[in-house]
Amino acid sequence: MNEPGLRDIWVYLSASPLLGLTITLVAYGLAYRLYLKTHSNPLANPVVTSVAMLILLLLATGTSYSDYFEGGQFVHFLLGPATVALAVPLYQQFRRLRQLWLPVAISLISGVVIAAGSSVGLARLLGGSLEIQMSLAPKSATAPVAMGISEKIGGLPSLTAVLVVLTGITGAVLGTKLFEWLRVKDDTAKGIAMGVAAHGIGTARAFQVSSQMGAFSGLAMALSAFATALLVPWLVDMLENWLPM
Amino acid sequence: MKFLNGVTLLLVYQLTGEILVRLLGLPIPGPVLGMVMLFVTLMIRGSAPDSLSEASSALLSHLSLLFVPAGVGMMTHFGRIADEWLPITLALFLSTVITMVATALIMQLTTRWFVRSVSEQGGQHE
Repeated sequence: MNEPGLRDIWVYLSASPLLGLTITLVAYGLAYRLYLKTHSNPLANPVVTSVAMLILLLLATGTSYSDYFEGGQFVHFLLGPATVALAVPLYQQFRRLRQLWLPVAISLISGVVIAAGSSVGLARLLGGSLEIQMSLAPKSATAPVAMGISEKIGGLPSLTAVLVVLTGITGAVLGTKLFEWLRVKDDTAKGIAMGVAAHGIGTARAFQVSSQMGAFSGLAMALSAFATALLVPWLVDMLENWLPM
Repeated sequence: MKFLNGVTLLLVYQLTGEILVRLLGLPIPGPVLGMVMLFVTLMIRGSAPDSLSEASSALLSHLSLLFVPAGVGMMTHFGRIADEWLPITLALFLSTVITMVATALIMQLTTRWFVRSVSEQGGQHE
């Protein structure tokens, strides 16, 4: 780390970050309003619409992603403290968890293994390159965790970030419909499935359904982040021997 | 001030997590270790201070926003995604559906299995 001078800090702060940060918040604000207007239709997920708006805006004005990220990084940075913050709902739900610890542990470990195994397996069967397979492997974990794992197993961390977001959106959009078809009515089961498969974006959706589903989804997301970090590098090694390219 | 204290606490745990992960060469990301340490602290302490609850619910209630900058990063991968769009989209979509369905069913099944046998012994809870 080199110490930037006061002037450098001023240049850094005054020029582009303000723009990137502001358009991120404005786009999200508009997207959220649209989402409420459509009576929380999962297809109008605020992440989808705000990302689409921002990409169109950046392409239209010829702004590069790295210029945008000068400002966007301030929002992106908060993923770290938000991950730590998950300890609080986890703690608040702990009494419920203690009663359900065995089902939760079994579902969580199976879910994490299925998520990584099926994405690597399917990508391999469909002819995806090794880089794509490895970038997909941790896609169900929350972004900062998934990016770290992707780097470790030979994926592209920035591509993984995108795949994580797409996975979350897919889960958030489809989740409630899937549970209806499957006749899963228990908020704990729905929450765990949402958190394991679709991390924070699914959790945000789960909180809109009920606070219990949200808390369990947050719990599953936190625990599966932990399980993914421990299991996926090892699982990928196993798959390598088992399903050779 | 309360909110600030809460945020500071979260950052201190994250920083400690990052440092420990590097010092000990652990395979998990720093914020995840920070979360585990904070959870253990709350368990020992027996309650979550208001400042912490306030800061954490503020962060978590806008969780979707935090994914937006990473999502915009899609624009740098348009070429890659165009080249391998079929394996990417199909694997991502199917694997997410499979994971969600399997996890929900496993959780439902195991909850019935274990919790019923527990409540049969221990009287009727819920």
